[in-house]
Amino acid sequence: MLKEIIFYGRGGQGAVTAANLIASAALKSGNKGVQAFPFFGAERRGAPVKAFARISDEEIFVRSQIKEPDIVVVLDTGIMDAIDVTQGLKKDGIILMNTNRRPEEISLPYKVATVDATSIALKNEILVGGIPVVNTPMTGALVRILDGIKLEALKEAMVERFGKNADKNAKAAEEAYKAVII
Amino acid sequence: MQQCLPCKCYRNEEGGKMIIVDTANHIAALAAKMARPHVIAAYPITPQTTIVERLAEYVEKGELNAEYIRVESEHSAMAACIAAAATGARTFTATSSHGLLLMHEMLHWAGLARLPVVMVNVNRAIGPGWNIWSDLNDSLAQRDTGWIQFYASSNQEVFDSVIQAYKIAENEEVLLPAMVSYDGFILSHTSMPVEVPEQSKIDEFLPDFKPGWILDVENPITHGNIVPPEPYMEIRYSMQKAMDKAKKVIEEVGEEYGKKFGREYGLVEEYRCENADYVIVAMAAMAAEAKVAVDELRQKGEKVGLLKLRTFRPFPHERLKYDKMIVIDRDICPGLGGIVYNEIKGNGSEIYGFIAGLGGVDVSYKDIERMYELAKEGKEGWYPIEVK
Repeated sequence: MLKEIIFYGRGGQGAVTAANLIASAALKSGNKGVQAFPFFGAERRGAPVKAFARISDEEIFVRSQIKEPDIVVVLDTGIMDAIDVTQGLKKDGIILMNTNRRPEEISLPYKVATVDATSIALKNEILVGGIPVVNTPMTGALVRILDGIKLEALKEAMVERFGKNADKNAKAAEEAYKAVII
Repeated sequence: MQQCLPCKCYRNEEGGKMIIVDTANHIAALAAKMARPHVIAAYPITPQTTIVERLAEYVEKGELNAEYIRVESEHSAMAACIAAAATGARTFTATSSHGLLLMHEMLHWAGLARLPVVMVNVNRAIGPGWNIWSDLNDSLAQRDTGWIQFYASSNQEVFDSVIQAYKIAENEEVLLPAMVSYDGFILSHTSMPVEVPEQSKIDEFLPDFKPGWILDVENPITHGNIVPPEPYMEIRYSMQKAMDKAKKVIEEVGEEYGKKFGREYGLVEEYRCENADYVIVAMAAMAAEAKVAVDELRQKGEKVGLLKLRTFRPFPHERLKYDKMIVIDRDICPGLGGIVYNEIKGNGSEIYGFIAGLGGVDVSYKDIERMYELAKEGKEGWYPIEVK
């Protein structure tokens, strides 16, 4: 089964890293096919960005961009005023949002999951230039929604990627994993 | 769990196999490092830059014992590689698009001097109409320079092809430079799992380069002097013969690689071509996408297969003997048409050509399925500008 995910965020929030962490965790959890890639544009800090991830139990040959995702992850709900993040989302698709609101407070014709990743990032002091970076807690929340990816595998991927900075990110991911409301 | 330094890439142990998830550019840099080059000369250009950045890190951290020459242009990068190769050194460089075009004169030099320089070219469109996305025109425009050209469809193939490129280029029956190309961003910046063999196994597969002649200050010789007409023609003739030999060597090296590492390669890869009425011909990332299209179409009962061109030079004419072929070109020769299409045209087959994906236009397997339907209706052309 092929699962396709689009991450929406702003340049500097770590959407591409989030996609890479999920791909790595998926491989570690026994998925044979994984892919992570940015939307091929001219990304700048603060501008809306997109990143993609594919996960499959078989080798992946698709190289084109994701047009009909199974899951959409919104790192910054501010961009929803400018971009229709549900574009192409499958009917039974899920939208995971970084917000302090509950899913029932959000009127979208899709299954909605929410997590206050900003508060979790602030609490764990995951900051770049004083601004909270929400990508790692969002991956924790995403692992809860996805079948077949282990939280331990995600933490392992973080250790490899961040070295000694992995601890607080892993902790934030676990907190988000527990806190996500589906 | 094993840590990969200096890259922060992810590693995984699976039945003793080392699998890492990383971008094609980082994988190309890793493969180049494992081939143990003596000299790397490079100039950065998007989307190639992360290859030479990673190699600079390897050298700086002492993980790769190579001379890293920062040059002022791609023309100089190739000139440095040529000079180093002439002293018997194993060399590497990487470039894209305008960088490759600036190298053009020196590419001929490396080819005619029969120096086995290995290069990665990350395919990127040519400006103006400034564009950093995938388009094969940059490397296809180098088709007459005497370089062997490989096109990779996955990050794994990038790794495997860089290693094999050295062995093929340095083969004494070949002695030609080799270029491994792959799509900008679609592969270069996309993370995929790659199985990485142990260094000792790579060393066994790829022994030191043993040049037939070298520039040596202790034993001075003249090289590159004026050559009268007849010997010049002989140089050209021997180059053509070397390209012919390269076909056999590419197959042999690909088979040997398969025996050692479990993944076999050749001039082409045929996929579900048995009983096929139509065979789609594609290369680079488009060939991977076309596999999905073939699976979808086969499921609907359509008799269709795929022939992926792995090598463009030497061109495997003898492997393109299907009655009906659909050629997809991510390139254009203005005034002629699709470059690959025109290479094949005239071999007696019924051929339908599509121009698609120039400048990084996204081409999905659904688009390729549509091209198949159009070809069945007898249509061809620019997709989706003329036909859709």
